[in-house]
Amino acid sequence: MSATEPQDSLRAGGTALEVARLRYVLRLGDTSLVLGQRLGAWIGHAPALEEELALANLALDFVGQARLLLGYAGELEGAGRDEDALAFLRDAPEFLNLTLAEQPNGDFAHTIVRQWLLDNWQLEVYQALSSSADTRLAAIAAKAVKETRYHHRFSSGWLIRLGDGTAESRQRVQRALDELWRFTDELFTPDEVDERARAAGIAPALPELAARWSARIEQELRAATLQRPAAQPYPWHGKRGAHSEHLGHMLAEMQHLPRTYPGARW
Amino acid sequence: MSNDWPLFEVFIRSRSGLEHKHVGSLHAADVRMAIEHARDVYTRRLEGVSIWVVRSADIAASDPGEAEALFEPARDKVYRHPTFYAIPEEVKNL
Repeated sequence: MSATEPQDSLRAGGTALEVARLRYVLRLGDTSLVLGQRLGAWIGHAPALEEELALANLALDFVGQARLLLGYAGELEGAGRDEDALAFLRDAPEFLNLTLAEQPNGDFAHTIVRQWLLDNWQLEVYQALSSSADTRLAAIAAKAVKETRYHHRFSSGWLIRLGDGTAESRQRVQRALDELWRFTDELFTPDEVDERARAAGIAPALPELAARWSARIEQELRAATLQRPAAQPYPWHGKRGAHSEHLGHMLAEMQHLPRTYPGARW
Repeated sequence: MSNDWPLFEVFIRSRSGLEHKHVGSLHAADVRMAIEHARDVYTRRLEGVSIWVVRSADIAASDPGEAEALFEPARDKVYRHPTFYAIPEEVKNL
């Protein structure tokens, strides 16, 4: 499938760099928002009360990141859309999150593997963005990376506990890894938005981050006694607005209330 | 699931220099998870800067049935309170 550009107002007006900056910020914000919404769905279903609180805390951290990033994106766009308008009034093709973030929760092992892969990605990205030429983005990243360090502690702890646990936990976590691995291709494959943002000093060079990400993934997989799956070709590009079938369903639930009752207040 | 996990007692120190105080208990598979759970359950509102956890089973406690023998004898020994000294005027803040 070819990665189609979404037909939305983001393409209208602005220099190529302005468009790239906006898209870059939206990718980060949407990834946090979608992941936060996914994690929030564990409330009432987690395997233990304590884990439920842990997942809800993670979810709130991601929603907090999304608020900062989407608020900034709204200002960059300059079309009068605030964080709520961007979160609740866009359709799936306008979302630019990584495809991995929108994958369903599955069993607990799936959620942990998805989390662990993205935590490791965010660790690299936010750390690098802390010294971005875009000072607003740098400030958001510097705040977020502290949260990410804890998220990573949580998810890597569980990955190792499940991988090096019982026969069943090991089998489940390996299966989750095998199923989700193909979506990691997108994390560090740069396109013209990444390139333009990097050239302007806004964003880091993805191949450099990829090497560090891969080394830590390798090390933690070894500790968890899990097998690293082979690289797989990847035809979806959430960060270009081409999503898997799952995002639309998730957004329908997430956006239902503000779309049915516009302007509804808590 | 949490029934399979041992119980831990949680102690939180609210500020540097103060002592750790018992705040409650929770279930966890190991000490690392216990500290993470304690962080999420008991320090969400900036309640602390340090966490101790200890398996509840490792705490030895006095027997309530022995309370009389252990604590009653102290009841009539008021002289153990330092309240029988005349404090000189010059001494402040005592």
